[in-house]
Amino acid sequence: MPEFDFAQPTSLNDALDLFAADGEVRALVGGTDIVDQLKTGRRNADMVVDVKRIPELQRLELTDDGLHIGAARNLTDIAEFPPVVSDYRGLADSSLLIGSWQIQNRAGLGGNVCNAAPSGDTIPALLSHDTVAVVASKSGTREIALSDFFAGPGQTVLQKGEILVELVLPLMQENSASSYLRFIPRNEMDIAVVGAGSFVQLNPSNNTVLKARIALASVAPTPVRARAAEEVLEGNALTDDLIEMAAVAAVESATPITDVRGSAEYRRELVKVLTRRTLGICRDRING
Amino acid sequence: MHLKVNDESLEVAVDAERTLLSVLRHELGLMGTKYGCGEGNCGACTVLIDGEATRSCITPVTSAGGREITTIEGLANGDELHPVQEAFVEHTAFQCAYCTSGFIMSSAALLDRNPSPSDAQIQSALSGHICRCGAYGRILKAVKSASGEGGAE
Amino acid sequence: MTTETTKGKYNVIGTRPIRHDGYDKVTGRAIYGADIKLPALLQGAVLRSPHAHARIKSIDTSAAKALPGVSAVITSADFPGAHDTLIDLGEGAINFRYASNNVMAGDKVLYKGHPVAAVAALDKNTALEAAALIKVDYEVLKPVSTVMEALKPGAPIVLEDLEGQDLGEKIDGQTNQANHIRHEFGDVEKGFAEADIVIEHEFDTAMVHQGYIEPHNATATWDEEGRVTIWTSTQGSFPTRRQTAGILRLPDSSVKVIPLEIGGGFGGKIPSYLEPVAAILSRETGRPVKLLMERTSVFESTGPTPGTWMSAKVGVKNDGTITAATADLRFDAGAYPGSPVGAGMMCVFSCYDIPNTRIDGYDVVVNKPKTAAYRAPGATQAAYAMETVVDEICQKLGMDPLEFRIKNAAKEGTRRADGPIHPIIGAVETHEAAKASDHWNTPLEKNGSDGKLRGRGVASGYWFNIGLKSAVTISVNEDGTVALTEGSTDIGGSRASIAMMAAEVLGIPAEEVRPHVADSEGIGYTDVTGGSRTTYATGYAAHDAAQDVVVQLRERAAKLWDVEVDEIEFANGSYQSKSDPELRLSHKELASKLGSTGGPVIGSASVDPEGAGGAYSTQICDIEIDPETGKTDVIRYTIVQDVGTAIHPSYVEGQMQGAVAQCIGWALNEEYFLNDDGAMVNSSFLDYRMPTSLDLPEIETIIVEVPNPGHPFGVRGVGEVPIVPGVATVANAIHDALGIRLRTTPMNAGSILAALKAKK
Repeated sequence: MPEFDFAQPTSLNDALDLFAADGEVRALVGGTDIVDQLKTGRRNADMVVDVKRIPELQRLELTDDGLHIGAARNLTDIAEFPPVVSDYRGLADSSLLIGSWQIQNRAGLGGNVCNAAPSGDTIPALLSHDTVAVVASKSGTREIALSDFFAGPGQTVLQKGEILVELVLPLMQENSASSYLRFIPRNEMDIAVVGAGSFVQLNPSNNTVLKARIALASVAPTPVRARAAEEVLEGNALTDDLIEMAAVAAVESATPITDVRGSAEYRRELVKVLTRRTLGICRDRING
Repeated sequence: MHLKVNDESLEVAVDAERTLLSVLRHELGLMGTKYGCGEGNCGACTVLIDGEATRSCITPVTSAGGREITTIEGLANGDELHPVQEAFVEHTAFQCAYCTSGFIMSSAALLDRNPSPSDAQIQSALSGHICRCGAYGRILKAVKSASGEGGAE
Repeated sequence: MTTETTKGKYNVIGTRPIRHDGYDKVTGRAIYGADIKLPALLQGAVLRSPHAHARIKSIDTSAAKALPGVSAVITSADFPGAHDTLIDLGEGAINFRYASNNVMAGDKVLYKGHPVAAVAALDKNTALEAAALIKVDYEVLKPVSTVMEALKPGAPIVLEDLEGQDLGEKIDGQTNQANHIRHEFGDVEKGFAEADIVIEHEFDTAMVHQGYIEPHNATATWDEEGRVTIWTSTQGSFPTRRQTAGILRLPDSSVKVIPLEIGGGFGGKIPSYLEPVAAILSRETGRPVKLLMERTSVFESTGPTPGTWMSAKVGVKNDGTITAATADLRFDAGAYPGSPVGAGMMCVFSCYDIPNTRIDGYDVVVNKPKTAAYRAPGATQAAYAMETVVDEICQKLGMDPLEFRIKNAAKEGTRRADGPIHPIIGAVETHEAAKASDHWNTPLEKNGSDGKLRGRGVASGYWFNIGLKSAVTISVNEDGTVALTEGSTDIGGSRASIAMMAAEVLGIPAEEVRPHVADSEGIGYTDVTGGSRTTYATGYAAHDAAQDVVVQLRERAAKLWDVEVDEIEFANGSYQSKSDPELRLSHKELASKLGSTGGPVIGSASVDPEGAGGAYSTQICDIEIDPETGKTDVIRYTIVQDVGTAIHPSYVEGQMQGAVAQCIGWALNEEYFLNDDGAMVNSSFLDYRMPTSLDLPEIETIIVEVPNPGHPFGVRGVGEVPIVPGVATVANAIHDALGIRLRTTPMNAGSILAALKAKK
């Protein structure tokens, strides 16, 4: 690996000082992606800051205003957190899919988000939950809707000196559920050829969709919302036919490429299949 | 920096960018942990950090500072091999054995957390390891027998 | 699955002792190539081509040489220029000049990853930094990546000096066709005219890699007397010596190869890549130099097995008798000639007795890494073509595929399509065992869970196995144990099987034989661990060396008792006088008296046996396909194989299971994925998708034993034939599930879904 300095701050203030310094400063959470990227020259760094020891970044708490997940909290803890297990199930689905058990023990949710891979598995799940990113710098904190957080493959809107502190998922309402599915060629170790995360809230009296969120991975330069499909769903009764229409509409939001992981045509087909399946799972979970 | 490896406290002078794998092998001479891919994909480099199975090839050595690191060389309890080590020999759970250290470390971590795992739990815990000799079936049997669930072959 | 195999015939053979190196392998003690440490060791790095095809206009190493900590920087100019000599490596042949160019490119780079320079430095980081400072000026050329493109007129020429051959005639002008050979027998036109059904199809298969987890490595010293010592992970210390000496233009005897433990090879660790480079770096620095390959380079620069274009045509009568068959096998050799197309030709029709055959084989160079042996090299591709055509014929005939195979099976005396007459072989017995298996007799429920579709496939395969040279010495210790020294590097437990054969002869337990793999100066010439020859040929040598020990021990007993040697008989591990039953000593007791009867006893043998005996495998596979995503899961798999005699059944089963794991990966997901510039873009375990434990069912094994008359214990090679029918078996199962025949590998989810949509 190329040479870089390394720091391990234990407070947010110390970390923000480090991130404000000149040069390329990179956060290390689990290191599962960044170390490989540094080794192969896909990213460079003058300094690497291990942020796992900062208390704010380890937060995992359900409060009156939502579920707070510190950016450095590891995926195993998140997937096993009771509110995630019972309510934020799309997030649990996706956290358990990332890499192997050995990777999940180390990888942090914030790392998966800030790595900003088009294929990042947790991102569609978070997008489907209208997640907000809380970002800090020496000049204060700001909130960014996660749907506005990604600028391109491997790129976020974070400014120099800013770090992701936590992700906040709004409280779950009655009669709502989420789910995430991805397609991989093997049963383990692969990156999503396509991933789909869905959230549905139903009006129990007439089975109409009050709110729908669908987000897709690996079909565009960044994870994307399938807004056309959401519009198909909202206000209508959640029937098999409606789910099929939404699945077809979701393809409109996908602009996939052909690569070693799959052809563009194949990916479009998978968007339809996975959208349909995740919506079906949401319905089953609500009716559960 | 300060490292605690196989119950020994060590001071090593290394650069921050070094991986734990590189330091274990080259500075500490612990050659039982193997390089397979350098990308965290094959599992050959797996060690325990505070009891958790971890890919040493993508772990910066600095992030392991002060934590309990266990390698294949430190798994035995004195002269007594870990039950997983014994079971791997008994069940011929390897051919070339290059991936074996990694499989054993993850299996040991699994049994530590869950002393009687199901087949599915074992397979899931080991699914991040590649054995190109295809000994998966034997490895499964070995781990089951080490957990006290499986009999001899 | 535990199978009783030896029917009480032997004491040691057929049992399952713990392997002699077992504890070293679970404690991290075993020393693999990368683990070697030497005083004053330098670390090396290799600079590789980013282009699939380019002319090297210049290389500027000055900045690299000037970097502090750098001891040497070398290019092909530092190599002596090897002779144009063809040598046989046991599984595949190489030309020294091409081999030299492959380890360090001359005026052209021929594939992405082709080495262009190398560095030795005080540490690895400095070596890598120096390699990055080397400036190479390339003129990028258009690459050619597939056989059929390479054979087109006007295709980019890979090797400008290649003298192509076509049916024994030299080809005029430049070509990518290294060779075209043919085996013809009978009258195929007449045979097809007699047929009621003729099926012919074309096939494309992707290049795939052996995928061993241990990357290549080499450490070398070049001393003042011009003697080179190499520490490495290799499938054969003598073939590595030969290649290294040839490339360095040294006598073989000036190179000593010390083999360390080897982390998988499957044929891919027969060629030398790093050894000559490390040696030259040592020559330049006067210090030992270690080179370790990274995963990316293992994929991009070392021996895959060929991608192919093939066609196969088979004619049958309505009663199921095959009347004629032809095959055209065109294999990409990679950047230098020497694909295993010849082996593919030897195997393609060899499950069957066919009166009229013609087989064409083409060896074609392309801008990809030079191919190397991979487990029954060439036979798996050929079986994919033949066995899927046979499956279609069985379907058309409405005939049970195992009945069809039994009806047409090759037997003792059948002429193989390329000439040899089969000795005693177990094709029929293998098919019969498959027919009797629980798997074959358990009907498959065609509709799986969640709308998934299921199918069952069956296919067979043949591999000829090889003999070649092996040497073994056995020295008897005073405590009765024996030290067995062999030259076959142990890739998957062969120490145990070799030791067991010696133990069987000597009448002692396997644990009392201490096997040891010697370096190239510690044992007589021994060929590669490959070609399924180790347990056969080295086992043969162990048998003969143990017999030599018995002869000498009888002489010692005669001396001890002052009787004629003929008076001494050896039975059940004891030496006794024929006339005086009181005169009787066990092996152990006699061993304790060697010091007083003339000193140590050492038995030895060197063999080059001819009767390797071909082997057959028949496989049954059940799959389940998600018709919405095209994803295939293998849900049950049974492999049946004639192994001659199973020495250590666990290792026999291990070979069978391991080969099935590899061919499932080959069938469904593995491939070299090249971009438009001809460069491999999936050179990682993430995107080169080998099966994980979750991708495989428990693989059921059925051992068939039709003893090989060409071996004292009836051994046939077991390592290679189990991969041969696998890809075809999966393809036939896919057809059974979907009614679609896929004739291109990999048969991945995307291609299955595309085929399903095309069918609608």
